[in-house]
Amino acid sequence: MSTFMPGRKQVEGSHAVAEAIALSRPQVISCYPITPQTHIVEGLSAMVKSGALSPCEFMNVESEFAALSALIGASAAGARTYTATSSQGLLFMAEAVYNASGLGLPIVMTIGNRAIGAPINIWNDHSDSMALRDSGWIQLHAESNQEALDLHIQAFKLAEQLSCPVMVCMDGFILTHAYEEVDMPSQEQVDAFLPPFVPQQVLDPSDPITIGAMVGPDAYMEVRYLLHHKHLQAVEVIENLRKEFKRHFGRDSGGLVSSYRADDAETLVLAMGSINGTIREAVDEMRDEGHRIGSVKLCSYRPFPLEALREALKGAKRVIILEKNLATGLGGILASNTRMALRGLNTPVNTIIAGLGGRPIPKKSVVRAFRQIETGEVEEPHFLDMNWPAIHEAINNRGLVKRRESEAQRVLRSVSGVEVAKPVR
Amino acid sequence: MVQVRIHGRGGQGVVTAAELLSVAAFLEGRAAQAFPSFGSERMGAPVVAFCRMDDRPIRLREPITEPDALVIQDPTLLSDPRLCAGLHPKGFVVINASAPIELSRLGPVVEHLPKGHVRFVPATAIARQYIGRPLPNAAMLGALLAATGYLKLDSLLQAISEKFSAAIAEKNHAAARASYEAAQAGNGVTSAVLEVAR
Repeated sequence: MSTFMPGRKQVEGSHAVAEAIALSRPQVISCYPITPQTHIVEGLSAMVKSGALSPCEFMNVESEFAALSALIGASAAGARTYTATSSQGLLFMAEAVYNASGLGLPIVMTIGNRAIGAPINIWNDHSDSMALRDSGWIQLHAESNQEALDLHIQAFKLAEQLSCPVMVCMDGFILTHAYEEVDMPSQEQVDAFLPPFVPQQVLDPSDPITIGAMVGPDAYMEVRYLLHHKHLQAVEVIENLRKEFKRHFGRDSGGLVSSYRADDAETLVLAMGSINGTIREAVDEMRDEGHRIGSVKLCSYRPFPLEALREALKGAKRVIILEKNLATGLGGILASNTRMALRGLNTPVNTIIAGLGGRPIPKKSVVRAFRQIETGEVEEPHFLDMNWPAIHEAINNRGLVKRRESEAQRVLRSVSGVEVAKPVR
Repeated sequence: MVQVRIHGRGGQGVVTAAELLSVAAFLEGRAAQAFPSFGSERMGAPVVAFCRMDDRPIRLREPITEPDALVIQDPTLLSDPRLCAGLHPKGFVVINASAPIELSRLGPVVEHLPKGHVRFVPATAIARQYIGRPLPNAAMLGALLAATGYLKLDSLLQAISEKFSAAIAEKNHAAARASYEAAQAGNGVTSAVLEVAR
């Protein structure tokens, strides 16, 4: 088996991340399984059981809420802590998510990004981490399994420097379940980069303190501002860690934003996560046809790097945001944030909502949408590969259909062309 | 870039087959990417897995809709007329079947593939003989490599050794080798029925 063997290897993304976590020497891991992150914590539990990861306390708990609550205690007692979750699991731990950041505890958590129900759906989009975007956690998005494993090593250092928790987001299935080549660092390399955890606050029975006490109207705003201030600092720390990581490991990973063929680009496409690979293929294809197009990858969603992003996008005549989420009644969340980064520039911003609930995002569709936006032929926001006839049918039937059937069921019937059994009355 | 799509049913090692293929390509110094059709894996349910191999890093992450080769681990899936859709006109199809199937049933693309590009492999029988269980994936990969020459058999055998314990790997080696050799012997013969090596 390849566990803890440094060097290049062909492994599953979840396995690569589990190994990177183990190399980061967490002292307490607490988890509750949920697809598609399960392989990560399964891998870690096997490493703890075999003794390959030691000393480490692995806690199987009864829910996601318990998983993070246990880590809040462990982190406050001075342990380096880790967990992973997805989708409804993240929503179920939401209260503890805010507590971890509010208490300034440097917990690292992987999000295997997955859609949120209802309707139940286990596939990838960014709805889950987006739902917790303003919880005070730093949120980093990985483009590949190499970047996912690198970001986890960086995340512990970032979290502990700022005493602020970090989510590393990786696309569920697309990355978590993909076998691809990674370069696994050695224990010595990781130890040289990531020193042992020195907590900035610690609960110790021999020297008792209180954390998490009630803060009233006289100080709450100031305490919240201090968390905001950590995020403002994080913008600089993240870029410094990118440079330091490159010195130690010889490759570029993480950072705030990364540009591709952007220098003379009239159109720039902004996106987060694994879709950046497909976008770069699309950029190359369109460059070959003479389009002046490039792309920008956003790695750090929280903190949102307003200045770095403005710098990366300001030369473009038009900006396209391709994102895997939908703020109902508004449009794209990333597009909305990006407009703030571009305020005063009058750069037109187009939004492509794509890949919700795991809908594939083919290069062909992406290129078609980019071309249409260049010629001004699309609505805003544009929903990539949307089945509009199914939607029109469902909307037209609203209020008219007598039989008791959910709207989701009606759309399923419409897209499959199969008549679903009528409910018994 | 070479793109392989593997069809089968939950429990037949479809996802594992794609992973093994990617490891074998990696061992030959190529970039490779394997991933499943995400999430619907249940015993007996149709499962699809994908493998891309290239000489440069692979950035594309969409499901494979225009494969260069199709591996069909369960012939009952052929009732779906879309199964072979998108196949390259000079692509390959390797089907787990104990007797040839009328090519017209597989659609116009398959019907017009070059000679020797459609292979019927009694992979379940081979698996029963060498592994003792109806797990056709190693035998299917052996036949795929013999038909296409994408990778060396040795790379596949090494990938199997990395994935499984020695005892299980040995049985899968035997199954992969038997079907590889049988498929090689049938080279150039369309619709060749391959006898299980005895």
